[in-house]
Amino acid sequence: MIRKPPKFLTLTQIRLPLPGVVSILHRVSGAALFLALPLLLWLLQQSLRSIETFTLLGDLLASWPVKLVLLGLLWGFLLHLSAGVRYLLVDARWISGLAQARQSSGWVLVVSLSLTFFFGAQLW
Amino acid sequence: MVNRVVTGAHYGLRDWLIQRVTAVVMVIYSLFIGGWLVLHPHAGYDAWTALFSSNGVRSVSLLFLLCMYYHAWIGVRDIVMDYVKPTLIRLVIYVLVILALLLYVIWSVQILWGM
Repeated sequence: MIRKPPKFLTLTQIRLPLPGVVSILHRVSGAALFLALPLLLWLLQQSLRSIETFTLLGDLLASWPVKLVLLGLLWGFLLHLSAGVRYLLVDARWISGLAQARQSSGWVLVVSLSLTFFFGAQLW
Repeated sequence: MVNRVVTGAHYGLRDWLIQRVTAVVMVIYSLFIGGWLVLHPHAGYDAWTALFSSNGVRSVSLLFLLCMYYHAWIGVRDIVMDYVKPTLIRLVIYVLVILALLLYVIWSVQILWGM
């Protein structure tokens, strides 16, 4: 006899554990970065094309809504990067067990946010 | 005894590995560019284009971008597999994503060698 495993899918009551939060953020940030690819390629193109487009880009980056979007994308990139490195460490079995899984997930958030503040403060 | 029938297209392990190899390439390149930005915090247009004027930097930049597009394809395909069930819509999204990524490849070469 096949017994069905219990399901509990009341989304408003499920409390996602920290590694789960990092997992979904990894996915969301990856999707966001994919959607932002044309914008990022365009920025690279304008920065290299000529001194005029480079200067125009500088003016564009001075406005705070643009800064905010780029800071968001920077965090998305750094979070995707650090969460990805964590998965590599999990694959290599440098991270194993529940305690380490939780601890390393916390580190992913801390490292990605502090690097975002560091680069954000330096670039602007 | 377990009689397990293995089905499917068998691309899972290959893609799993490619996802990690391309990730490592991107981490190394990101450290290179991130390090350059930290060392040249007030770099202007001249320093920025000088960096991208050598064929070596252009080539590793293109390698980074190609790895990113392959990595993005596997990631987007996994997301679509999870959330989009109707075959037709899924197929349309796949085709659009592949075409977009191929256009990005052409665009990347134009950006790096056309400056």
